[in-house]
Amino acid sequence: MIQSTRPAQYGFAERWLPRLVLAPSFLLSLVFIYGFVVWNGYLSFTASSLLPRYEWVGFHQYARLFANDRWWVAVFNLFKFGVLFIGISMLVGIFLAILLDQKIRFEGFIRTVYLYPMALSFIVTGTAWKWMLNPGLGLEKLMHDWGWTSFTFDWLVNPDMSIYTVVIAAIWQSSGFVMALFLAGLRGIDDSIIKAAQIDGATLPRIYWKIILPAMRPVFFSTLMILAHIAIKSFDLVVALTGGGPGFSSDVPATYMYAMAFTRGEMGLGSASAMMMLLSVSAVIVPYLYSELRRGSR
Amino acid sequence: MANNNKWARILVYAVLIYAVIYYLLPLYVMITTSVKTTEEIRTGNLLSLPMHITLDAWRKAWGTACTGVQCTGLSLYFWNSVRMVFPAVIISTTMGAINGYILSKWKFYGSEIVFAMLMYGLYIPFQVLLLPMAQTEGYLGIAGTTPGLIFVHVVCGIASTTLFFRNYYVGIPDELINAARLDGAGFWRIFFRVVLPMSLPIVMVTFIWQFTQIWNDFLFGLVFSSGDSQPITVGLNNMANTSTSVKEYNVDMAGAIIAALPTIFVYVVAGKYFVRGLAAGAVKG
Amino acid sequence: MKTLRMTLCAAALMTVACAANAAEVEVLHWWTSGGEAKAAGELKKMLETKGDKWKDFAVAGGAGDNAMTALKTRVVSGNPPSAAQVKGPAIQEWGDQGVLANIDDVANKNNWNKVLPAVVQNTMKYQGHYVAAPVNVHRVNWLWVNPELLKKANAKVPTTWDEFFKTADALQKAGIQPVAYGGQPWQDSTVFEDVVLGVGGADFFKKAFVQLDQATLKGATMVKALETYKKIKPYTDKNAAGRDWNLATAMVINGKAGMQFMGDWAKGEFLAAGKVPGKDFLCVPAPGTAKSYTFNIDSFIFFKLKNADGAKGQNDLAETLVSPEFQQVFNLNKGSIPVRLDADMAKFDDCGKESAKDFATDNKSGTLVPSFAHGMAAHSATQGAIFDVVSQFWNDDSMTAQQAAAKLAAAAKVN
Repeated sequence: MIQSTRPAQYGFAERWLPRLVLAPSFLLSLVFIYGFVVWNGYLSFTASSLLPRYEWVGFHQYARLFANDRWWVAVFNLFKFGVLFIGISMLVGIFLAILLDQKIRFEGFIRTVYLYPMALSFIVTGTAWKWMLNPGLGLEKLMHDWGWTSFTFDWLVNPDMSIYTVVIAAIWQSSGFVMALFLAGLRGIDDSIIKAAQIDGATLPRIYWKIILPAMRPVFFSTLMILAHIAIKSFDLVVALTGGGPGFSSDVPATYMYAMAFTRGEMGLGSASAMMMLLSVSAVIVPYLYSELRRGSR
Repeated sequence: MANNNKWARILVYAVLIYAVIYYLLPLYVMITTSVKTTEEIRTGNLLSLPMHITLDAWRKAWGTACTGVQCTGLSLYFWNSVRMVFPAVIISTTMGAINGYILSKWKFYGSEIVFAMLMYGLYIPFQVLLLPMAQTEGYLGIAGTTPGLIFVHVVCGIASTTLFFRNYYVGIPDELINAARLDGAGFWRIFFRVVLPMSLPIVMVTFIWQFTQIWNDFLFGLVFSSGDSQPITVGLNNMANTSTSVKEYNVDMAGAIIAALPTIFVYVVAGKYFVRGLAAGAVKG
Repeated sequence: MKTLRMTLCAAALMTVACAANAAEVEVLHWWTSGGEAKAAGELKKMLETKGDKWKDFAVAGGAGDNAMTALKTRVVSGNPPSAAQVKGPAIQEWGDQGVLANIDDVANKNNWNKVLPAVVQNTMKYQGHYVAAPVNVHRVNWLWVNPELLKKANAKVPTTWDEFFKTADALQKAGIQPVAYGGQPWQDSTVFEDVVLGVGGADFFKKAFVQLDQATLKGATMVKALETYKKIKPYTDKNAAGRDWNLATAMVINGKAGMQFMGDWAKGEFLAAGKVPGKDFLCVPAPGTAKSYTFNIDSFIFFKLKNADGAKGQNDLAETLVSPEFQQVFNLNKGSIPVRLDADMAKFDDCGKESAKDFATDNKSGTLVPSFAHGMAAHSATQGAIFDVVSQFWNDDSMTAQQAAAKLAAAAKVN
């Protein structure tokens, strides 16, 4: 690759202009994102309750966090949710993208339908979902009305299953987006490769499996990153659908942190949980960014 | 072979249509419920079509539903959101475009670090920012106002817009830039004359993304606005959680659709640019 | 100069509202449902006759959870509303932050020390000064009964827990759902607190929830209370999870369920549906709690503001809140009783009258206890930790009462 900048050819202004123009964004994120993260990290070592209070207590809040049942429920829920949500959204998305790539009529319409859930906030669709999943009002009642009286679907109100209703709704919301990303990737692949393989006698499924999907590795990765990002931050979804309930059975770290820091005067504990979230995110993101940048600079 | 192929195609269509139904189901429930009467909702079932279509619920949700002592429906909140979303989207998209341009075509020592920093910012749980941000807005004197809310959305949106543009611009051949430089074009001239005209697809992607993110945001709207600047998501939440003994599902659903209309509109109208824009480079890792 | 303007304005008030100097009063509240919103509307009207401008800051949902988040950020940003709906020990927590305004002037002018019961006065004061104005007293330990259904099942209104389960059995046999239940953490704890009071009595209740005594929380009586609480579960339906309290009340109103444990705000729902107390529905103290009273006092705290006009609005608001006229109108709408000792109860229904009578008696006998579930007894952190245990115990059928009691004791130690 050609080195993209040759500052030597330019005057002083042209050399400093990019830095100057980038500076506001840099400063904004330095102060408002990183500065606040550091501040939050500091709070996690204080006895802050209702509002910030700068009284140092060491690792006390972390000790409390690790001794807290509800925190561990939240962590395991995120784990279950993350694996299922990312896995299934990916499968459904890829599958639909491949089907849609078969020169389908009304493709534009179908694509829009698959994509629109992404446009809606869960504050909006949560009510409809809550209603459909409620045993007394929604699907279960419908099946009973239609004569299938032994049908039960009570996940929403069952503490062991409530987190899976969040998975269902999340897949509904995001799988269309995954489809769009993969469809875009598929469109980027040269048709002549497929033609050539077909002439060699390869079947279509085989072509997809052996040639096309491997070529989509980068799409796969960026989709994974986006989905992981959605999973870790999922907040609206849980609040609107289950409110973390029944009890706190469908809590996730984001709702836990919010509940502690804001509705319950436990700012120190909330900050500690936020720091734990950040640390686990870093464990995934930092290696990714590192490899990204190394690749970019090669 | 041909026959076999025909069956395969029928199967493909069947699966696709099945998926269409799955995706549309919640919307269907919302729409049909919103035009039913409360009586019909109680007696009928979820999927039944409305017997008489009435727009009363829509009228109520838009203009007369009460939250607290205010009976303005959602209209007030709707316009608040409109006033907030356009400046926020335009500012964050502009900043993202320029940042992306610099980070891909005007790299300098340390620019990669800036990029990494911005990217990492994407993964920070925004709840962490609420209190210090509130304090800062207090100092700046924009707490609880629409400009204050716009500011928060811009700060939190820069990372994703920059990522979109940077990944897109990486795909523009450096030769183009170099040729323009040899012609004596400077930093801004190259941006406006060469890069920007090629940016329509990615501008669309970013616009759609930011518009839906900001329009749908609830958390920031809740804490960074006050009585007369609250956005529609907060208004909807107030309305849906405000219930007397008979819960008016039809009004809630009508309100929910009103809140969703702008984003649905954007997706339907600009959805094809979205896929095209993604194809044009946003998905390159 | 300023005094002159104020005097002029006061003079102008006699004839017409003084618009030029109208103080804006921004009030954060979550009174958004039916009767409550009507009550808030009355408040707005009364303030406007005093020449103040009401700026509504309503945040609904989650029993004030969202409102608290909004309030915290507003205070941190140095731009607090004039007043906010905050009650119980939380008033002390806000006082500790040094952000509350002193309203002793209004209180003295209006004789609050005479007209308010001591227990209310104490709640409203921070370090001996008034920082909050009370609006009402709710009794939490009520059982709402649909008498028609009980008659159908040939069951009688329960006064003890044994009777309660007999009645529930009878209802169930008759094919009627015995208990309307809403499975949200605060509702779980509302019912649990009734059980604790009924099983253990007022002294036990205070030891457990006010003093947070470890031995009491772990002890045999608490285990028995937990067991009794869990025994209610088979009499509820499985759709109870996440149900709003007013929808549960609607089940009793519409004859879908026999009984509901809920504070007296439920009465507003019955009245709004056109039901008559004593005939269409009964209000009785929760089983075993006839001789005690769990109270929940709604109040507004006032914040220090930067401009003097704001203080005028705050004083007007505080004065209005405690005035006999407002107390009467508001509480008739909301189902609670006035906080004033000299309140005229003539217009109130039987439930209200009984509540007022019991409040006075229990005040004397020392069986007046602060509602734990409604944030009158403990700090929000402790309250939340105990909520977690109660809800977990209710939902998790594998947890034993002993385990739950141990967890309760651990939760009480959070601070």
